[in-house]
Amino acid sequence: MRHLLSINDLSTTDAIGILDTATELARINDGQVKKLPTLRGRTIVNLFAEDSTRTRISFEAAAKRLSADVINFSAKGSSLSKGESLKDTAQTLQAMGADAVVIRHSASGAAQRLADLEWMSGSVINAGDGTHEHPSQALLDAFTIRKHLGKGASDLTGLRIAIVGDVLHSRVARSNVLLLSMLGADVVLVAPPTLLPVGVESWPATISYDFDSVIPNVDAIMMLRVQQERMSDLFFPNSREYSRYFGLNSERMSAMAKHAIVMHPGPMNRGLEIAADVADSARSVIVEQVTNGVNVRMAILYVLLAGGPLEVGSNS
Amino acid sequence: MSQQRFLLKGGNVLGGKASDLLIADGRIEEISASISDKEANVIDLKGSILLPGLVDLHTHLREPGREDSETVASASRAGAKGGFTALSAMANTSPVADTAGVVEQVYRLGQEAGFVDVFPIGAVTQGLHGEQLSEIGAMADSVARVRVFSDDGNCVFDPLVMRRALEYIKKFDGVIAQHAQEPRLTVGSQMNEGIVSSKLGLKGWPAIAEEAIIARDVLLADHVQSRLHICHVTTAGGVEIIRWAKARGIQVTAEVTPHHLLLTDDLASSYDPVFKVNPPLRTSKDVMALREALADGTIDIVATDHAPHTSETKDCEWAEASFGMIGLETALSIVNKTMVESGLLDWAAVADRMSTAPARIGRYSSHGQNLTVGSPAHITVINPNKSWIVDRDLVVSKSRNTPYHGHELPGLITHTFFDGHATMIDSKVIDKMVK
Repeated sequence: MRHLLSINDLSTTDAIGILDTATELARINDGQVKKLPTLRGRTIVNLFAEDSTRTRISFEAAAKRLSADVINFSAKGSSLSKGESLKDTAQTLQAMGADAVVIRHSASGAAQRLADLEWMSGSVINAGDGTHEHPSQALLDAFTIRKHLGKGASDLTGLRIAIVGDVLHSRVARSNVLLLSMLGADVVLVAPPTLLPVGVESWPATISYDFDSVIPNVDAIMMLRVQQERMSDLFFPNSREYSRYFGLNSERMSAMAKHAIVMHPGPMNRGLEIAADVADSARSVIVEQVTNGVNVRMAILYVLLAGGPLEVGSNS
Repeated sequence: MSQQRFLLKGGNVLGGKASDLLIADGRIEEISASISDKEANVIDLKGSILLPGLVDLHTHLREPGREDSETVASASRAGAKGGFTALSAMANTSPVADTAGVVEQVYRLGQEAGFVDVFPIGAVTQGLHGEQLSEIGAMADSVARVRVFSDDGNCVFDPLVMRRALEYIKKFDGVIAQHAQEPRLTVGSQMNEGIVSSKLGLKGWPAIAEEAIIARDVLLADHVQSRLHICHVTTAGGVEIIRWAKARGIQVTAEVTPHHLLLTDDLASSYDPVFKVNPPLRTSKDVMALREALADGTIDIVATDHAPHTSETKDCEWAEASFGMIGLETALSIVNKTMVESGLLDWAAVADRMSTAPARIGRYSSHGQNLTVGSPAHITVINPNKSWIVDRDLVVSKSRNTPYHGHELPGLITHTFFDGHATMIDSKVIDKMVK
């Protein structure tokens, strides 16, 4: 595996290999050693052509813990925001000797273009492309779900997971539907019909417009961020009505199964798609998702750049 | 004017029996089983098909304004390469072809290049903005004698503007060629809305946005009893509406592009913008409906929508890239592949869909005539037994944005004659026309 552009690039074995590697790295991290020498002398560029603090620092932390040199290249003030083409930027990075590029871009398919056009020889890791995919987020979500609900299994067979909110514009939803279903989970998408894409019936997921009927039957609820500006595009009448039907408040949380968890990829709109007391509740694993994100991204870099998954139980 | 004489030996006129055909003084002088003529250049065409010179009703020549992607001269040569003897220059140039001055300039550039007749299309509205009618009458009366009006690239979305335009052009037997795209339903659209767009996260261009405008406009054309032409139909639903309208006797004609007869929206999965085109590639169900409609005459013609773009506007992210693909040089081979080889059309019907009918819609009286003695010698020769491999680095067009790079296509166009002159011999476009 050279690139990680889409969950479709992964076989089930690949995905589980990344999750297992993340588990091993987490085990090592919990010990005294915070930093591994694995990628010493390698250069990883974070090419962020769209604002994202959390994903960028997560990849940066992951790369640094593997001893890679990290160059951050963000859009604001960079040549990408001045109309320089993706091609020119890629060729510049190639000339600087990047071993891997972690790319966040507002255009769907930007990561694949970077990889397919052979503008550069390194690995390309998609850190979110438009409304297409965000595979590292899905892997960290699967990691979090497996840790809490997996009962020691390597995959997610038998688990039921609801993804709630703006599926239409969500790259997190697209990657999660592919990955969670590949790992054996049943995924149900909950959204107003306006925020589901035409063609969603072809996805490996079921659809519901009724959040309340879904809540008692799932093991995890993943809330998606809703952009305030969707209102002006007529996707829903106003934010209060959205919250009333699709927001996760404490009343809805009390209808969840005892063991069920609440997830959110962040950043949250507290009071819109998720109530503050739910986000801060004992069921919420939202902060832990961030922690797991670093380990999973270390695992992705490890698998792509160090030649494969880490053996379980190894001392690295 | 010194005219050459050409003796075409043994070709099959419209796919019929082998005959000899003599071109002299710009006309077809003789057609018979065996002709000998000592002064003529003799060309052996055994096994090849002779068609009337192809007529494209929808070409973007880009001049004036974007001469870096194409010029009237370069498109004319690309047309000769594809077997065309007439092109229709779309109005979305810079400046827009909304005055007599611009259409006359384009017309003259075509005459100067001399490889094909270039018939300018006039804009329906000033600046293609869809608000005020352009100088339609002045363009019709100009040297360019414009009969086809289109805001192509934009839809004439305002129903009142469309109604007035349809009425106004009746004065001189014109036609409005509509780019059917409801703008509110296609804000920011990137590709066909459906299963593939849902997965790729690219904003959808729904079929309904095309069909709603077609439905509205056939009713308007009926109401004011005028001529309507629908550009680049892409959907099965659009075909059904046009079929219904024709059955009612409404004066509507329609075109399909070669790429919509072959390519489907799953090609967007590569995110390679060479497949980004407006209207977008649709599903295989639509492709089959379009082929059937072209076969039964519901869709009257094939038009290329040849849309050259420089490489920097295609060598980028999908959303950033320009819409459009070049098509002049591959059109006849694609029609051969999709319609002739599949048994849906014979060569006589290809001649109708790619020459006679487009010339009739555009009122290009010197084109689209039958290959009979006395007709102007606009002739295209295709050898259906030979195939060729498309190489974007070898195209005659100034731009390289062909979706067929590396594809082997059936049917090699070997010769084109325009007004009795050879514009292409043995698949090589001649360097310069000398009249």
